[in-house]
Amino acid sequence: MNGAFQYFMNNQDEVLALTLQHIQLVGLATVIAILIGVPIGIYLTTNDAVADVVLQIAAIIMTIPSIALFGLMIPVLSVINQGIGFLPALIALILYSQLPIIRNTYVAVQNVDPNMRDAAKGIGMSSWERIRMVEIPIALPVIMAGVRNAVVLSIGIGAIAAFIGAGGLGVLIDQGISRYNRDMIVVGAVGVSLLAIIADTVLGILQRVLTPKGMNINA
Amino acid sequence: MIEFKNVTKTYDGKVNAVDDVSFTVPQGNIAVFLGPSGCGKTTLLRMVNRLVPITKGEIFIDGENTNSLNEIQLRRNIGYVIQSNGLFPNMTIEDNVTVVPKLLGWDKEKMRSRFFELMDLIGLKPDDFRKRYPHELSGGQQQRIGIARAMAADPPVMLMDEPFGALDPIIRSHLQKEFLQIQKEVQKTILFVSHDIDEAITMGDQVAIFKDGRLMQYDAPDDILANPANEFVSTFVGADRAIKSLGLHTVADLVNQLKVTPVAADSKQISLKTDLRQILSIFFNEGYEELVVVDEEKKPMGSITIQDVQKYLHQTNQSA
Repeated sequence: MNGAFQYFMNNQDEVLALTLQHIQLVGLATVIAILIGVPIGIYLTTNDAVADVVLQIAAIIMTIPSIALFGLMIPVLSVINQGIGFLPALIALILYSQLPIIRNTYVAVQNVDPNMRDAAKGIGMSSWERIRMVEIPIALPVIMAGVRNAVVLSIGIGAIAAFIGAGGLGVLIDQGISRYNRDMIVVGAVGVSLLAIIADTVLGILQRVLTPKGMNINA
Repeated sequence: MIEFKNVTKTYDGKVNAVDDVSFTVPQGNIAVFLGPSGCGKTTLLRMVNRLVPITKGEIFIDGENTNSLNEIQLRRNIGYVIQSNGLFPNMTIEDNVTVVPKLLGWDKEKMRSRFFELMDLIGLKPDDFRKRYPHELSGGQQQRIGIARAMAADPPVMLMDEPFGALDPIIRSHLQKEFLQIQKEVQKTILFVSHDIDEAITMGDQVAIFKDGRLMQYDAPDDILANPANEFVSTFVGADRAIKSLGLHTVADLVNQLKVTPVAADSKQISLKTDLRQILSIFFNEGYEELVVVDEEKKPMGSITIQDVQKYLHQTNQSA
């Protein structure tokens, strides 16, 4: 443990740079995943047949081992000369994030009290007004829980992306393994864990702030 | 004015949930839709603001066919109150009440002053409730807010689907009276769904009784009680319909029709506004031989006995 600390002190700049890279990768993937997953989740509430299929597919994607997914994407993305590096890592993280985000959005919106939906329609809200003013605010705590889930998952999988040259804290683990340097591995692993814990805590606070005041009783 | 013309709702091409219903609700009246569950009363109500599409027939509001209007515009011009109040938990009371004006694009000041007006109307202090959330309110308060929300944009027509159904009997009868008071001021045309005959008699200018989607009878409450159109109606309104009808008349009506005997002995005093059903229960529960009728200045006008109530009941039922 002492050795790991020594390693961290001697290589602070590099470790911080890799941490930033990690945050960038996961952050961008999460933002894109939300932009894709939340609308899909909301749409699924209007179509049960499609919902089953989409949730199945998202679940299957989750079961593909990350290293295999990276491998599968190399030939595909090589067409545009991006077989390894940031892009395939980003795409993989977006795909893995879909299940928690879509599923939570779908369940949350599905569970909005039907009376609430009836009232919203009955007083003359358009579908978009109903989604924006009623359904999303009420569903927000559960959607945020899904996002937290996705972020923690992505931070872990993001470490493996180092194997295809996407950078991040996984680089320390990857190089530590090839160099038999235990201290490097420990710094990389602890870094990933800390990042996950901090991200989860921060998002937890954000979740509380974003939850509409009147809903705190359910949150 | 709301006009139903041969309105029919068919599900899956087989079952008629609403079957060829025609009647007219005059401007400023409350028409209560009454019947057992599954009789189509709620379906019919929801056809008015097109939450349920009409299969056949037409509904006119003030001469305009509801099918010719844009669905969203139509609904914004119809107040809508449901049993479980349907307040949005994520919005403050003020935002809930002014949600329709907001959809209509009113400016902030106009919405604020409308909120104060409405809260005064329903008897809640605006400043105490403005920033609170629905879950902090009692059931009765929530239902009042639900009514205020429905009236926010001053729609000429209101639909109320068992608005007081989830409340306990004391609060319910309190809100019924309160709402009738409000209705005197606002004069909306109201369709009101209920499964409770007593509520229908209290609230309705007209009562429409349904069975299996068909309209059994559409009349003023005392006509329904005095002359049920068929076996179903008379069973539904109950064997005690004569006593129920007493709730529609006050001591003042009785005094107008019968001569009161001069006060013989000192007894419990009753005001002219008391309804005769209450008088009957006072006679039975408190064991008085006679009650002293007093006018607005609390001056005794004469006394009445239980026989007077009986006589009055006979006379009105014969004339009806």
